[in-house]
Amino acid sequence: MGSAATALQDSLDLRIVSDLPAARAVAPVTGTVERPMSDVPLLQVLGLQKTYGGLQAVAGIDLDLPGAPGGRITGLIGPNGAGKTTLLNIISGVERATAGRVLFRGNDIGALPQHRLAAQGLVRTFQISRDLGQLTVLENLLLARPQQTGERLMQLFAHGKRVRQEEEAAIETARAALLKVSLWRLADAPAASLSGGQKKLLELTRALMLKPKLVLLDEPAAGVAPAMEEVLIDTIRGLAAEGVDFLIIEHDLDVVAALCEEVYVMAAGRILTQGSFADVTGDARVVEAYLGLKA
Amino acid sequence: MTGYLVAILTFVSLAVLIGFALNVQWGQAGMINFGLAGFYGVGAYTAAILSKQGVDGFTATVAAIALTAAISAVVSLATIRLREDYLAITTLAFSESVRLVLMNETWLTGGTNGIRDIPRPLVGLIGGQYYEAFFLALCLALVAIVYAVLDRIIRSPFGRAMRAVREDDVVAATLGKNVLALRVKAFAIGGAVIGLAGALHAYYFSYIDPGEFAGFITVYAFMTVIVGGKGSNRGLLVGACTVMVLLEGTRFLKDFVPFLSAQQAASLRLALIGAGLILILIYRPDGLAREYRLSVQNPSRPDANS
Repeated sequence: MGSAATALQDSLDLRIVSDLPAARAVAPVTGTVERPMSDVPLLQVLGLQKTYGGLQAVAGIDLDLPGAPGGRITGLIGPNGAGKTTLLNIISGVERATAGRVLFRGNDIGALPQHRLAAQGLVRTFQISRDLGQLTVLENLLLARPQQTGERLMQLFAHGKRVRQEEEAAIETARAALLKVSLWRLADAPAASLSGGQKKLLELTRALMLKPKLVLLDEPAAGVAPAMEEVLIDTIRGLAAEGVDFLIIEHDLDVVAALCEEVYVMAAGRILTQGSFADVTGDARVVEAYLGLKA
Repeated sequence: MTGYLVAILTFVSLAVLIGFALNVQWGQAGMINFGLAGFYGVGAYTAAILSKQGVDGFTATVAAIALTAAISAVVSLATIRLREDYLAITTLAFSESVRLVLMNETWLTGGTNGIRDIPRPLVGLIGGQYYEAFFLALCLALVAIVYAVLDRIIRSPFGRAMRAVREDDVVAATLGKNVLALRVKAFAIGGAVIGLAGALHAYYFSYIDPGEFAGFITVYAFMTVIVGGKGSNRGLLVGACTVMVLLEGTRFLKDFVPFLSAQQAASLRLALIGAGLILILIYRPDGLAREYRLSVQNPSRPDANS
């Protein structure tokens, strides 16, 4: 009872705060420096394959997220074992593809080490929240900030003042982001002490400290209490409105319906179909893939 | 008695330095090192061999630090693709290899005879009777410096990234951290501190042989870190003293229970050390202190750091 009340309180807090055009952790995508974004797709997956021994988890996938106008939320659904997480793992550099290419904003990222993707503007979250449990909520966010002088040992001792200033600025940015999702009051708590839903929010907020162009979310609503689910949905929507693109794997079709303009359906390592949520859920092949019926 | 206390405190200083090293490698970065004794030996022999060649104490110490740090970096690089448990095995094997090299490369290390008459730094200047006290002061000063430097690192974004790699390296990489570089650096920082401790060991005893760099050094280091609280250098200072009190205090056992034979007293001593450690871990399972954690909301809270 008590926890449900708290979660509700959280969601109310968020509504109030998110009405403000507050200082943002995420800069809107302007794309003024480069060529017009419409020329370059945000993400292109070309003929991607992944084989584990004899098992083909991803059997040739093509996927295309347009570069403009930004702020699109694309869903990726499909029954268990369809290869969704494997696909996400490959795009995010956790695993390597057996064949095929991944282009992010026109650059081939298939061979880049995982830690280089963040700087390119691509970041992900995990199906089971992977908080850095012994770090505090605030430290989780501060960690994600790119280009920290204090992460270089020589700089740390040579430019103590700059390191301090950067930290103070980062704490302010993180504070604004945490206030927005009502986690600021837990800033000093170890991340391990958060609830499932709070961890998901923390992971999302942490990812945004990198000012990403595209966020890959692996089941953001899994293991989240219903009240917190709404908070998550609102948060993701709010971010998309500011120009962040999302690619979301989600089992909860209500969440997908609420969030995604376009949905890709995967089954047995392939893309079965794509389209609006209404289109794909009306498709007999999708129903068959989910229910395992032979037509 | 004063001489005994000075000696004990010097040992504690060396134990603290080794503990600092393990606290960076294992406590902060999550890289287990079962080969501390080997790295300690590398530091000691480097300082000893160079000093015997007439190199001054300062330069020889710097060389010992640099070589131990470099070897640590190489060992961590060689094992970086393996899971953590394999790092434990590899470091253990490294330690054994060091001991075998020290025993067999007689032309360089004197073999099992060891190296004797290692020149002690500044001994001409200080004079023999005060040297022990001077050396203790030197050790304490170095402990203070290393503490300050490590504290700065632990509280920095680098330290935060190091702990993040310990918690979950995939997440750290996702957030743009170069996990490989962080691990190698963390291991090398620890190695540098062990190298310093090894050099001090060589100077203090002015005689070293391969048998001194055996597993018990590693075991004591883990004891001090676990008692002090994994990751906390402040806790380590207390932990090292506690372990030393247990190890040394129990030596006086035979004075109080005269009916025991020397052999029985020695066995009972080990049992008491074990019991003492178990008691500490029952009442303080996470050690005496907690590792540093950033605290912004209530900085005056007494348990806010270390």
